[in-house]
Formats: sequence, structure tokens, C-alpha cells
Amino acid sequence: MVFLHATSLADAVAALSAHPGAVPIAGGTDVMVEVNFDRRRPAALLDLTRVPELSRWWVEDGRVRLGAGIPYARVIAELGDRLPGLAMAARTVGSPQIRNRGTVGGNLGAASPAGDSHPPLLAAGAEVELVSNRGRRRVPVCEFYTGVKRNVLAPDELIEAVWVDSVAGPQQFSKIGTRNAMVISVAAFALALHPERQQVGTGIGSAAPTPRRAREAEELLAGELDAAGLWESRGPLPATLAEEFGSRVCAAAAPIDDVRGSAAYRVHSLRVMARRTLTWAWNDYRKAA
Amino acid sequence: MRVTTTVNGETRHADDVSESESLLYLLRERLGLPGSKNACEQGECGSCTVYLDGVPACSCLVAAGQAEGSDVVTVEGLAPGRDLDPVQEAFVECGAVQCGFCTPGFVVSAHDLLARCPNPGDDEIREALAGNLCRCTGYEKILDAVRCAAGRMPSERSTV
Ligand SMILES: Cc1cc2nc3c(=O)[nH]c(=O)nc-3n(C[C@H](O)[C@H](O)[C@H](O)COP(=O)(O)OP(=O)(O)OC[C@H]3O[C@@H](n4cnc5c(N)ncnc54)[C@H](O)[C@@H]3O)c2cc1C
Ligand code: FES
Ligand code: FES
Repeated sequence: MVFLHATSLADAVAALSAHPGAVPIAGGTDVMVEVNFDRRRPAALLDLTRVPELSRWWVEDGRVRLGAGIPYARVIAELGDRLPGLAMAARTVGSPQIRNRGTVGGNLGAASPAGDSHPPLLAAGAEVELVSNRGRRRVPVCEFYTGVKRNVLAPDELIEAVWVDSVAGPQQFSKIGTRNAMVISVAAFALALHPERQQVGTGIGSAAPTPRRAREAEELLAGELDAAGLWESRGPLPATLAEEFGSRVCAAAAPIDDVRGSAAYRVHSLRVMARRTLTWAWNDYRKAA
Repeated sequence: MRVTTTVNGETRHADDVSESESLLYLLRERLGLPGSKNACEQGECGSCTVYLDGVPACSCLVAAGQAEGSDVVTVEGLAPGRDLDPVQEAFVECGAVQCGFCTPGFVVSAHDLLARCPNPGDDEIREALAGNLCRCTGYEKILDAVRCAAGRMPSERSTV
């Protein structure tokens, strides 16, 4: 095995194309578990923690450009106002030690259906920026996941950043687990209201082979809010609408039974989380008037 | 490969380090610092917690090569020589130690909490220790120790 140190993005990209099969390592909270248990013996490890481009964020044209190497602890401390949904999800990740090291880019790289970054990134309509020797491309996050722990990343590509609209409306995140810390979600749900374009964003975690949106639920809710003039009036949310939204979210899920929970429980919890997050977000929207 | 780090204030070199080994292995097996414990190697138990560039991390999840040029403080480095840090004293006095395997990790996590937040409430203590598991004490004595240490922290603490 070789250990590759990169101190700039150009270095990292060059090292990756010179060493096919090299595994990038950021916080190591997924990679090192596999290495320690001999589940993975990569030909090379490429350390990304010293690449400055990956550990910076800035705002450009109303969008936050979040470097892939930013750990959860910094998302919580620095971006709670601009990326509230992602920050809420970040607060639920692992433990302080895991949040100090684990990164959003690593979560995307691992592409576990249970990764907590995915639902809020889906709900916010984020884009993932990939870079290689061949150039850069941006992929909408809803097209990024291709299967269980699979994504569109080519072997010579790195995740450079995610681009997320700086918040314009309320965002919420909810996660079911056995306790309040150190849990992989049994099911998770994120919601974003986009009043400026009268749209709704959703993200489902741990209830399908990949993280995914509940598109019909988004369309139903945005349409009904529009039809009833509720985006403008900010009137109370009809209970039937919240219920129907919950049902459509369930319909978008394709969960399995596993050690963490049954498919039926996951569907039930999604219904409850969808209704709750909508109620919280709508109350936030009304209060913000 | 050769890895050079600053550990507990001293520059340390280690040779023949394997590319796949962890910072925990480097500390324990190559640098003679067995304070940090190996109980799971998967980030679940926190017994390997050290400060890495000032921030608590599970050293079992840091590749040794990633620590090149870093500043590491282990439980051995919290107080000079044979002295004890107030957190360590409090663990001894409150009976927060039984088999002791989890203790180094709890001590580093508690030390970090009190450096950031000198008078934590119980919720803050629980949150800060959420990544550390103890199979022996039932946690009550550990919470007592952290509360006790909070009452005694010197007002001007040296930062690690
Ligand atoms: C105890 C414990 C608790 C956990 N709890 C949670 C939890 O509650 N929620 C959750 O979602 N996850 C959890 N995880 C999983 C893990 O912490 C997250 O997935 C984290 O986001 C991974 O980030 P990392 O930087 O540590 O990734 P790494 O382990 O460094 O990398 C993960 C994968 O991404 C690739 N990668 C990393 N960065 C890049 C990049 N810039 N470009 C291309 N590929 C890249 C790596 O090659 C690897 O395949 C937990 C893990 C542990 C050990
Ligand atoms: S040994 Fe590192 S967390 Fe358990
Ligand atoms: S004292 Fe034995 S594990 Fe905590």
C-alpha cells in the first residue's frame, strides 16, 4: 500500500489519476473502519485533510459552496443559519468525536442510504461538484446516488464541493433511532419550503436503496398551498393536507426489513416524520411573516 | 513510511509505519504511549480518544499517515510528569474508574468539554460524553466526576 499526501486540489487530482484504485480518505470514519477490519485493502490511501480547497466554504450568487472536507462540527458551528437543514442533520451524527472528523463529502462518497447528509441535501436541491484531471462537472444530488452505497463518481474523480441555495424558507430534519446519540437512522426525513419559488423539497433516508426525494408529495403540497393561496396568506395548514402529504411520502419509500427496523415501521415513521416536519416548518413560515 | 508528529509537546519520529495502520496503533505500539485504549477500532467506544490538532478524535479512525505534522495530546499529556489534571483527580476521587479501560477516553472528552464550557449542565455533559462507552460504572460516578472537576478547574487553564 502507498500513502499519498496531497496539499492542494491539483495535487490530489493528479495523484488520483496516477494511482488508479487509490481510496481518498477524509475524516476516515468510514474508510478506517473498513481498513481496521480488513474489509478493504486499497492499493493506496490518498489523504485529503490537508487540501485547503476542500476545507473552505463561501457564498456565491446566493448559493453556499461547501467544501467536501468540512466536518460536521464546522457545519453546525458555522452554517446553522445558512444551511439549517444540513446543520440539524449534522447535529444527529454519531458523537462529538465523529462530528469533529466526519465530513459531508465522506458521507456522499460512502453514499449509504442511511447517511444523514443526504435527506437535507435532497430537500434543498443541492448540486455535487466533481473534479478530475478531465475537468469539472456538477450533478444534481438527486441524480448522484445510483444504488446501495453507490454513486456517479468515476474512479479518477473527487468530490470537491456541494452547492446549496442559502436558505430562503424553513427547513426541518427528523431522524428515528434507538437513542439520541450514536445511531444510524432507522428512517429519516428532511423538508424544505421554498416560498420564493413556491416549491417544496423533500429527502427520505434509510427507506429505499438510495436516499431519494418524494416528488409526488412535493408536487401535491406545493400545488395545494398554491391553490388555497396559503403561500401568500400564511394561513393555518389544513390537517388533511398534512395527512395526505404524509401518505405520499410513504408511497415514495421502498424500505426493507433489517436489524434496525421493519419495513412497516419505517413506513409508519416516515408518515409521522413527514407530518411533523411539515407542521414545524409551516409554523416557522407563519411566524416569519 | 516515516511519520513525524508532535505528541504531548515533543517531536516524535516513527519508522516503518504501515500505510494502513491507525494513529492509535502508532501511539501505543510505536511511541510507547499505551494510555489510549483499543476496545473496538470502529469509532463506537471512544476509549482511543486523543486531541488531534486541538480537537478530540477517535485515534483508531485516523490513519497514521494523516497525523504527519500534527499535534497530538494523549491522556498521558494532560498534566506534566506524575501530576494529575483536575479531571483525572476527580475521576479517582469520585470512584469513576472500575476496570479503567474506558477511562482515558472519558478523561480526554471531559477535559475538552470543560475547556470549552467550564460550567456544563447535565445535558451538556451527557452530550459531550455520548461517544464514550463504559461497561462497568453505570455512568453515574462518571457524571459525578465531571461535575466535581468542573467545580475545580483553574480559572486560567493552559490550552492544549
Ligand atoms: C461511530 C460512528 C458513528 C457514525 N454515525 C453516523 C451517523 O449518525 N450518520 C451518518 O450519516 N454517518 C455516520 N457514520 C458514518 C460516517 O461518519 C459518515 O459517513 C461520514 O460522513 C464519513 O465522512 P468521512 O470524512 O469520515 O469519510 P471517509 O471515511 O474519509 O470516506 C468515506 C468514503 O468517501 C470517500 N471520500 C471521502 N471524501 C471524498 C472526496 N472529497 N471525494 C471523493 N471521495 C471521497 C472515501 O474514499 C470513502 O469511500 C458514523 C461512523 C462511525 C464510525
Ligand atoms: S477503539 Fe477507537 S472508538 Fe473504540
Ligand atoms: S470502568 Fe470499565 S469500562 Fe468503564
